[in-house]
Amino acid sequence: MKKLLLSSIIVIIGFTFIGRLSYLQLFSFSPNQTLEDPAIKAIYDYPERGYVYDRNGELMVANQPAYDVMVIPREVKPLDTLEFCGLLGIDKASFIDKMKKAKIYSPRLPSVLVPQLSKEDYARLQEKMRHFIGFYIQKRSLRYYDTNSAANVLGYISEVNERDLENNPYYVAGELKGRTGIEKQYEEILRGRKGVKFIQKDRFNRDIGPYKNGKLDTLPEQGKEIHITLDKRLQEYGERLMHGKRGGIVAIEPKSGEILAMISGPTYDPALLVGRKRSRNYSKLHYDTISKPTWDRSILAEPSPGSPFKIMNALVALQEGAITPESKFRCYNGFYVGSKKKGCHCGGGTRDMNSGIYQSCNAYFAGTFRKIYENFSSTDKGMDVWEKHMKSFGLGSYLGTDIPTGRPGRIPGKGFYDKWYGDGRWGSSTIISNAIGQGEVAATPLQLANMTAAIANRGYFYTPHIIKNVGSTGAIDSRFTERRETTIDKEHFEPVIGGMANVYKYGTGRWVQVPDIEIAGKTGTVENFVRINGERMQLTDHSVFIAFAPVDNPKIALAVYIENGYYGSRYAGHIASLLIEKYVKGEITRKDLEKRMLEKTLEHEYAKPYSGEPFKINEYVW
Amino acid sequence: MSGRGLFGRIDWLTIFLYAFLVFIGWINIYSTTLSDPNASIFDFSTLYGKQLFFIGVAGVGIIFVLFIETNFFERFASIFYIISIFLLLGLFLFGKTIAGATSWYDLGFFNLQPSELAKVTTALALAKYLSDIQTDIKNRKHQLYALLIILIPAILILPQPDPGSSLIYFSLFFVLFREGFPLYYLGIILVMVTLFAATLMFGTVWIAIALGLLTGVIFVFKKKSTKIPLLPLGGIVILSILFSLSVDFIFENVFEQRHRDRFALWLRLEKDEGKLEEIRKNIGYNTYQSEKAIESGGFFGKGFLEGTRTKGDFVPEQHTDYIFSSVGEEWGFMGTVTVILLFTFFFLRLIFIAERQKNDFSRMYGYGVISILLIHYFINIGMVIGLLPTIGVPLPFFSYGGSGLIFFTMLLFIFLKLDSNRLKDGI
Repeated sequence: MKKLLLSSIIVIIGFTFIGRLSYLQLFSFSPNQTLEDPAIKAIYDYPERGYVYDRNGELMVANQPAYDVMVIPREVKPLDTLEFCGLLGIDKASFIDKMKKAKIYSPRLPSVLVPQLSKEDYARLQEKMRHFIGFYIQKRSLRYYDTNSAANVLGYISEVNERDLENNPYYVAGELKGRTGIEKQYEEILRGRKGVKFIQKDRFNRDIGPYKNGKLDTLPEQGKEIHITLDKRLQEYGERLMHGKRGGIVAIEPKSGEILAMISGPTYDPALLVGRKRSRNYSKLHYDTISKPTWDRSILAEPSPGSPFKIMNALVALQEGAITPESKFRCYNGFYVGSKKKGCHCGGGTRDMNSGIYQSCNAYFAGTFRKIYENFSSTDKGMDVWEKHMKSFGLGSYLGTDIPTGRPGRIPGKGFYDKWYGDGRWGSSTIISNAIGQGEVAATPLQLANMTAAIANRGYFYTPHIIKNVGSTGAIDSRFTERRETTIDKEHFEPVIGGMANVYKYGTGRWVQVPDIEIAGKTGTVENFVRINGERMQLTDHSVFIAFAPVDNPKIALAVYIENGYYGSRYAGHIASLLIEKYVKGEITRKDLEKRMLEKTLEHEYAKPYSGEPFKINEYVW
Repeated sequence: MSGRGLFGRIDWLTIFLYAFLVFIGWINIYSTTLSDPNASIFDFSTLYGKQLFFIGVAGVGIIFVLFIETNFFERFASIFYIISIFLLLGLFLFGKTIAGATSWYDLGFFNLQPSELAKVTTALALAKYLSDIQTDIKNRKHQLYALLIILIPAILILPQPDPGSSLIYFSLFFVLFREGFPLYYLGIILVMVTLFAATLMFGTVWIAIALGLLTGVIFVFKKKSTKIPLLPLGGIVILSILFSLSVDFIFENVFEQRHRDRFALWLRLEKDEGKLEEIRKNIGYNTYQSEKAIESGGFFGKGFLEGTRTKGDFVPEQHTDYIFSSVGEEWGFMGTVTVILLFTFFFLRLIFIAERQKNDFSRMYGYGVISILLIHYFINIGMVIGLLPTIGVPLPFFSYGGSGLIFFTMLLFIFLKLDSNRLKDGI
């Protein structure tokens, strides 16, 4: 016992020490040493964020300087708080509050005290800054917009939050990061890479030279400019046309899949989300839950496509050999599902494909739709084939664009209906509304525009995208340059396109002809319902239009969807024709029409369901 | 056997471990005190250069010790002891004050710290007294004499003030225990330490209640046949309560505020988190910085001369008492564990050597050496890694300082010299 006493004590001490050292060096050790070490100070050198240009090299987004007042809490010396607050334009309570927060974040790391001073405030403050020890001004760069359009496409940047800091070790508190749109999608390209210089400090916080002789220091890498596919003029024009209207417009160049315009109404000026007023403006936009300006209707709204979808059914029927272009169906000013009659506005009579399309005959397409299914031994098989064809046009699923948000729309399959009606308890008659684009099908304006582009190309498309070049010539992701084939053969497009061209010549779109440009289009009038305070009500129809032009060598394909704009050619058709004219010709010849479209608003329609009184829909008044 | 010379008989393993520890120590002193990377390591104006010089002096001392006749130490142990007691007394008249402690004699070229010398002489004197044929460790009177040999220097050092060095002498109790000093004394010491801490944490009233309950429990669960000696039990309880009261008194009236703060931090006496943090940043600043430096080393360490906190002088007194934090930062867990294992192995080797002595004096002196080195190591590293309150004692062979290194070396090599002679002693 007495011989072992000291040996045991030695061994116990050894274990205790090793245990404590394991706790310190293995358990408490944080791998983020360089940044947390009080002996090392990192000084960052921020590169300028890349500019954004449109497809023609027109500047859309640039930068402007802004000044942040920073504080390093432990270096702060007693100061004239009142004077300082006066210069900063904040009150004493919020100053104390901010100082406390900065101290909690870190006593020795800089925190932003007041972000983004204006140039005037900066000038006033700068003279007096030397009286306030522990504070300094850091220059940052903010976005400057050379356009008041495309807010949702361009997106905005804002200060990184705690979650960003956790998720991505690149960011340091106070830095800016793209939140939505292309700012988010191309964040790393636009941002570049900040340079860093590590300085070794002693315990009195004095610099004693570069850390590791500057071995870890890096030079900033410039942010790259990007060119996007938008046509700034078209985009701005489209947004002006959307004045007072809700809805979405997407225009695509069919031969490349480049998005020429992506418009959502109502919209807002992107400059609202810059600088100190950003958060107040953002709340205002974000909490407008009725007109939803931050909700990009061109990619997030999923209404029923309406009549333009009839074209798709015609293509499927031709491909499957269910009909020929000459097949005829009789219209009884409607058609029968069982003993129930559904109406049609085409005027009645016998319809073939061409007139079926240009008069938008419901009966013709109901017949066509039934024929597709009669071609197969079971509805399930017919459904699978129909679904496959539809999806080959990019409908019913995410398209895979480079826009960081989107919706898949819907192409219902047999599983969908089995769940809805029960297995074997539905047939082509049950789902006949899909024949005219009213049933369970849904598509975003972007999907409709892409579908139109595929038709314009007679059977293929490129994934729609917003990036044109990284830098001024740099390559883009190869998925945007790969041709995606639809399952419809080329020859079946001609009869359908013939019908679409006649829409302008004789049909539902004859009111919106553009001189000297041959357009193929299709109108749509979509019944819609809304539930307000638990009450379901029908609203004025949505006005939908798809078109491409010129017919022989398509330069633009677009889809226009105007909420509660009534029949297809009324708003959507007019707007589509103006956009086509603007893009193809560069100027508008029909000044009266243009003036009317720019001035007309639909605010009265949007106010109806909230008026609390009974209201009429689909009124013919202009 | 007599044919083999000194070099054949000395324990080379211990010498190797000693040299290795001194080497690692110097490397870390170099890293800690380096300011001009181009200066020569023999530049005696730098601290690492001076330490190199002290290592040289220690080397000369080793040779000196090894060639003195073995009996010299035993024969003159009492005289050395008396000389060192006089040297300690002399400090009250002629002492030089450095950093608030009057612990040095100014010899011009060298500051002599007699408390370091006294560690060696006390170990020798205790061994000499206990190994005397007339001394009986079971005899109360002899126990008292042995205690006095330890306590006199300890008490003389206390008012310098140097409570750290004073504490070192208590480690010599291990020698007593090894030689048959009743182990219940150890029990009493442990009870006193526990009572001390418990009084600070819970107060005398709770101690009294707890002791009362404990007595009650003993009565309830005792076997019918066992008789409880009432008088001694009552005496123990009363003594404990008195001790507890005296702890309160000493803590409040004898201790200075800085001592109170150290205990407040160590035992978490301060319940107010804000105040505790305040104490941690002031009183506990050294420990806090040293813990952080060690922590930042991680498993592999930052590398030799790459310790950012070492370079930035974040840990005060890093080259002396806090030298181990530099090991932690630059060499990481691998380095610190290596040092701990080296020390552990070193101590176990010394115990092995002590136990093989046939001469009682050699064994007792050996235990004295181990006890003194061990308590330095325990208090120093315990403090640096934040397990013990701040008590300023150096880490043997590591810390910067001439007196320390030279006397630790003397202490050790006198023992190795005695060991080398063990076979002759048997005759």
